[in-house]
Amino acid sequence: MNRIDQSGLDIGKIREDFPLLDTAGLAYLDNSATSQKPLCVLEAEKDYYSRYNANPMRGLYSISVMATDAYEEGRALTAKLIGASCSEEIIFTRNASESLNLAAYSLGSFLKQGDEIIISVCEHHSNMLPWRAAAARAGAVVRYLEPDASGELKVEDLEALLSERTRIVTLTHMSNVFGYLNDIRALAGAAHRFGAWFVADGSQSIPHIPVNVRELGVDLMAFSAHKMLGPMGVGVLWGRAELLEKMPPFLTGGEMITKVTLDDCTWAPIPHKFEAGTVNAGGVIAFAEAIRYAERIGRDKMALREQYLTDLAADGMRKIPGVTLIGSEKAQDHHGVLTFHIRDVHPHDAAAIFDADHIAVRAGHHCAQPLHKYLGVPSTIRASLMFYNTEEEIGLFLETLSTIRERMGCPKIEE
Amino acid sequence: MNTFYNEILIDHNARPGHHHAVPGANMVLEGVNPSCGDDIVLQLKVEDGVILDGGFAGDGCAISRASADMMLDLVIGKTVEEAKRLSSLFMKMIREEISGEELEELQEAGALQDISHMPSRVKCAVLGWHTMDEMLEKN
Ligand SMILES: Cc1ncc(COP(=O)(O)O)c(C=O)c1O
Repeated sequence: MNRIDQSGLDIGKIREDFPLLDTAGLAYLDNSATSQKPLCVLEAEKDYYSRYNANPMRGLYSISVMATDAYEEGRALTAKLIGASCSEEIIFTRNASESLNLAAYSLGSFLKQGDEIIISVCEHHSNMLPWRAAAARAGAVVRYLEPDASGELKVEDLEALLSERTRIVTLTHMSNVFGYLNDIRALAGAAHRFGAWFVADGSQSIPHIPVNVRELGVDLMAFSAHKMLGPMGVGVLWGRAELLEKMPPFLTGGEMITKVTLDDCTWAPIPHKFEAGTVNAGGVIAFAEAIRYAERIGRDKMALREQYLTDLAADGMRKIPGVTLIGSEKAQDHHGVLTFHIRDVHPHDAAAIFDADHIAVRAGHHCAQPLHKYLGVPSTIRASLMFYNTEEEIGLFLETLSTIRERMGCPKIEE
Repeated sequence: MNTFYNEILIDHNARPGHHHAVPGANMVLEGVNPSCGDDIVLQLKVEDGVILDGGFAGDGCAISRASADMMLDLVIGKTVEEAKRLSSLFMKMIREEISGEELEELQEAGALQDISHMPSRVKCAVLGWHTMDEMLEKN
């Protein structure tokens, strides 16, 4: 149990960087859905549009060159953030969902009838539906890996599904329901022993823990800027350069070719082959600022702080009768993601009561309907934390949580 | 601390009077609201144009349950025409177009008036009513 905040961060001061935390007057505990953004990120985007907005990659004049340079600097920073071998391995998309669609469409084009794809039951719909569509196009078979009660995807269980027919394994690094951090390195190793490609969904992990794609040993990895202090509208697909070079483009059009004739064309080199049309330069430039901001604060410190807050919240939740936390019993396995249900109370009613008390939490199936079916609950409530959350906010959350059953007219639980 | 979960709503959710099967029911329809995962099955016993009895089964959020229960309180014993008229009054309330007199006709169902400020929950409140409308139209 992390009883003391060891991060050494001055949260009061940090919160001043986030306009919304100041003005919205609520405890924002829906960070897994999207994080709040510091002022410097908003200003970077404004600065781009006010001072050097021009279509990047095309211009032969100074501000277009500036725009191109700043956009490419964003790519270089992103590459460094996740330990990519080179900037060319970073493809910018709209969001993680688009990255995964790109991956599934393009890598999926190598599939043949009877090949197998392994997906886990825990996947967000965004890392499930694109692969099912790819499998359907090729006549490939989808097999499902089940988590254990903690939400962990176990190597033994993956090995039991792997065969020489397996071509692709795609798993979440951290589930947005369990918060469990999977041992992707071991899982990817197992997939590779069978000659399969390994795709990781880093949407929830990369915002919260330091990730190095080469150490993980994966082939492709997707995530979104908006969950990590950046703007909406920017997603990332990282891929090993040799693999990306082999993969066909997803979207075609402007900016992604070397040469086009009426009956032929050659694709541009990576990453441009995968970035058809005008890019979201303003967004990427703002995302670059988000990366710099997180680095200034210290990503390790952010993780320590989140661990401390998770302990605090999980500990309080355990003491409230009728509240059941989904997943691991150990707070440190949750990484700020606390999904739960309250006996006799529908999650949407609970969320409405939280809302009335000015606490923002999520209720529903969190884009993981098959997982909820597997867990045997139609929906759940989720509180998800970020380093900028405070002890007071956790206190308010616990206070409301402890009154919900009574406020919904449920009988008292005798302990 | 104020919520639209007032006492009337809470009470109909925790202790619904019509959450049971209806012996001799001759109309049954399932209503689903994917946003909350509400799934109710409404049963009515209608003879000679009069709703003699009704009940609901299934799972849902407090708003969908309480709303269906209050609706059944209102329509049991009424003619089909009268039930349809009450339903249109309920929709008027949701659209915030209802007069004070009309609101009184809705009796306890008027407790859901404030739901119109919660667009994401309107579907829950109207689920039972829509299901009944559809059933009565079909027959
Ligand atoms: C695990 C996981 N994968 C994928 C996504 C999709 O992210 P986005 O909506 O930014 O495309 C999310 C976010 O909701 C997520 O939590």
